[in-house]
Amino acid sequence: MSSVAAGDPEMESLEKSVEQFLQKPRKNLALVRLREAIVFFLLICCGLFSLLVTVSIVFVLISETITFFDFDAVTLGSFVGSAKWSPQEGLGDTQNFGVWGLISGTLLVTTIAMCFALPLGLITAIYLSEYAPRKVRNALKPILEILAGIPTVVYGFFALTTITPLLQWMHGGFEIYNATSAGIAVGILCFPTVCSLAEDALQAVPNSLRDGAFGLGGTKFDATVKIIVPAALSGIVSAFLLAIARAIGETMIVALAAGSTPQATLDPRESIQTMTGFMAQTVGGDISNFDIEYYSLYAVAFSLFLMTLTLTMIGNLVRRKFREAYE
Amino acid sequence: MMALRFAVLPALLLAGYSVAPAQNKQLRGEIEIDGSSTVYPISEAAAATFNKDFPNVTINVGVSGTGGGFKRFTVGGTDISDASRPIKDSEFKAAKEKGIQFYEVPVAYDGLTLVVHKENDWVDQLTVDEIKKIFTTAGNAKTWSQVREGWPNREIKIFAPGTDSGTFDYFKEVVAGKTGALRDDMSTSENDNVLVTGVSGSPAAIGFFGVAYYEANKDKLKAVPVVNPALSEPVSPTPTTIENGTYAPFSRPLFIYVNAKSFTRPEVRKFVAFYLQNAPDLAARTGYVALPKKVYEEVINRFRGRQTGTHYLTDEMEKRSGAVEEVYQAKNLVN
Repeated sequence: MSSVAAGDPEMESLEKSVEQFLQKPRKNLALVRLREAIVFFLLICCGLFSLLVTVSIVFVLISETITFFDFDAVTLGSFVGSAKWSPQEGLGDTQNFGVWGLISGTLLVTTIAMCFALPLGLITAIYLSEYAPRKVRNALKPILEILAGIPTVVYGFFALTTITPLLQWMHGGFEIYNATSAGIAVGILCFPTVCSLAEDALQAVPNSLRDGAFGLGGTKFDATVKIIVPAALSGIVSAFLLAIARAIGETMIVALAAGSTPQATLDPRESIQTMTGFMAQTVGGDISNFDIEYYSLYAVAFSLFLMTLTLTMIGNLVRRKFREAYE
Repeated sequence: MMALRFAVLPALLLAGYSVAPAQNKQLRGEIEIDGSSTVYPISEAAAATFNKDFPNVTINVGVSGTGGGFKRFTVGGTDISDASRPIKDSEFKAAKEKGIQFYEVPVAYDGLTLVVHKENDWVDQLTVDEIKKIFTTAGNAKTWSQVREGWPNREIKIFAPGTDSGTFDYFKEVVAGKTGALRDDMSTSENDNVLVTGVSGSPAAIGFFGVAYYEANKDKLKAVPVVNPALSEPVSPTPTTIENGTYAPFSRPLFIYVNAKSFTRPEVRKFVAFYLQNAPDLAARTGYVALPKKVYEEVINRFRGRQTGTHYLTDEMEKRSGAVEEVYQAKNLVN
């Protein structure tokens, strides 16, 4: 160090900074460790927070559901074994708690929605990923994303004021509030989800597979149907399951357009009520916080939770089973 | 939870009020109102007109249904509760327990109106018995042909107010009695506009709600004349028939309940005075019918004499019923 010529200010300042640099880690080691520990702690807190929220939601659901089944008017057998749902006091001779009256509504709307969203979403994804010229693709993708950004209440009004009259015009049997109209709107809502996720899955298939298919003399259609879609299957199935879960949980559209008549029917022209629709309606009209109708909300919510949980688990199984690794 | 409703009679509200030479900006405060969706149009009109004179008083009018409104009122959560039926004994006791005293104020008559689709050409009138067939579990008529011979074999779709509403309570008591029950396969909603949309969109449907919602949607719905059991004549809900009581059994008084403690606040005092003074006019503007002058004078006597309590329960907590002029008398007051 002393070899540096004295009086050269540039060299002196350089020397100083080198010295500082060499000293720094030694001087701040404890501080660095502390900082690392704090960051580590914060990250763990974030992770635990989501865990805590989930656990407390499940806990509340389960404990309130248990309270619901403690009422004399309801048994587990009549809850899962009946399709007659009329929890309001004053309607009918007795209160009925057959959850299938609501589950069937949810399943009907979800089925109708998926009849639209799944094929349409997958085909659009294939077009965008395999067929569309880059310019078209760049124009279409943002439009799809706009569709995903529309508030669901708008879809609900669209169903009630546009889809329903259109259905009634085509066929007189449709009621003003009906499952089809809500189903179609939910389908439109889920379509961008399916399309965007399926497209990502298709894009992730390595080009070597496409080249291989063409090399063997396959057409674009052969390559797509026989090679690329099967290769992307696990991603496509995940997209489908996510869309189904979204449709089951959708609330605003069904509350506005599907009606409030809980009944087990396969007729898509009729007014029904879904699980989420029931919850939205009942929460909105002041019910007592201590009577059975209030606790029935939790029982329905818990059933809904079980349904989506099952879907997620099936999703994981399917993903593991169909997973194809190409690296 | 309460939902504010904006879609009711905006034109009437905009029509304005011709008094108020000068605005009073000194009076400030907040008034919390909640309760019946049937009374809502009157209270909302009162609030809107009042605000023209007193712009610095904030008035929130909620629509939780009569039962929901009383739930908040009886714990002191609101200053005024809109009610389309008198207070029940359970609600009265709840208020007493919490030390809530209140003034009972009838504000207008309502004709609970049965409505069908505009193009329904078979329902010309209904008797009370036929209404029972349609709406009760005992009657349980699934098609119109089961209600009266010669009517089409089409399924009846029913749209009814939520079970928490005073309209539902009143209708249930008249049609099904104390022990009977209304059908459980009806579509119910706390939101009267959902019912209007439902009936106006279903050719074979029937529904019911306060006459104001019919008046506001006259072009989409048809009101059904109801046969008066005493006269054996069909009567349509009009201001005349509702006021003179011939539209029976579906004409009823509407109330606001004023928390006595809130009434000591100047802004609440001023608002209630304004409400009372203009009640006949507000009622007429919102599609309801004014009460006889005598009743409004009685109401003023209650406030003057600080006489709180209800007229519609006896000392034994039995329900008192009858014409407003007869029930709403000082000798019937219970607190």
